[in-house]
Amino acid sequence: MNSPADTSRVTSAKIVIAGGFGVGKTTLVGSVSEITPLTTEAIMTSASEGVDDNNLVPDKATTTVAMDFGRITIDQDLILYLFGTPGQTRFWFMWDELVRGAIGAIVLVDTRRLADCFSVIDFFEHRKLPYLVAVNCFDGKQLHDLQDIRDALQVSQDVPLMYTDARNRESTKQVLIKLVEYVLSMRRTRTVGVG
Amino acid sequence: MVLGGDEPTGSLVRPYAVTRGRTRPQLEIALEALVETTARGRSGQFLGGREQKVIVDLCGGRLQSLAEIAARMEVPLGVARVLVADMAADGLLAVHEPTGFSDDPGADESVGTELLERVLSGLRRL
Repeated sequence: MNSPADTSRVTSAKIVIAGGFGVGKTTLVGSVSEITPLTTEAIMTSASEGVDDNNLVPDKATTTVAMDFGRITIDQDLILYLFGTPGQTRFWFMWDELVRGAIGAIVLVDTRRLADCFSVIDFFEHRKLPYLVAVNCFDGKQLHDLQDIRDALQVSQDVPLMYTDARNRESTKQVLIKLVEYVLSMRRTRTVGVG
Repeated sequence: MVLGGDEPTGSLVRPYAVTRGRTRPQLEIALEALVETTARGRSGQFLGGREQKVIVDLCGGRLQSLAEIAARMEVPLGVARVLVADMAADGLLAVHEPTGFSDDPGADESVGTELLERVLSGLRRL
């Protein structure tokens, strides 16, 4: 952004991994990351903005939000990060920063708790962030028909929907590939539309 | 910053002690922005404290994102952001901004598309 030394082409990109608590987001990140997933914490005060110097008093209400993330070196000068969203969607302040500039998102779904991801999908729809839905098969069981899941989640036919096993590297890789292909195809459609 | 004799009960004060209480960075740095130690940083002559030494060492090898620096130093993201922004302003670190996709309507689309293609082939090679 403002770094004068930044003349090289070194850059990074990120993909957001979202879903309800305990659905396997960190497992998915860990299955493909070159580092053991790390956790970073953000602290939010009730005042949220403008806290500085003398205004900093210890009795403000604070909330700590933790995010797990992993890393994939695509090239020497291009690193891809996978950020897991905080488990509870009430921490929307962190989601804004997470999705800013992201390639897209993977919504990881547990069919036993479909409702957990309604607000997540709403958020991505609202922010116009491309996403796909990956149904995590616990114990390898595909319990539901994908079309039934699509209907229940009320996502359009354009949104990719697929089964995955978050523990499996190859499976996670396929989900990531699918997302990037989807984002690329959306871009191409848009370009054709404009031209 | 004087807080009085009582031990603070909130978790906010302690982590921000290393930034002398400042919570606003000099430079907005994205979570995934890559940070690299500059020659000036490597020289070790201009370092302002233990945290700066740790960051210079951390980012002297392979590139580290802001999120990685925060996680590895076990400090909140906001603290790492203030520290890194200060050091970048002093020329001790170089910050490489990420390529943004979702909300860059004015951005050059072809740059993003080329990068996406690189990400895609990188993922296929995994």
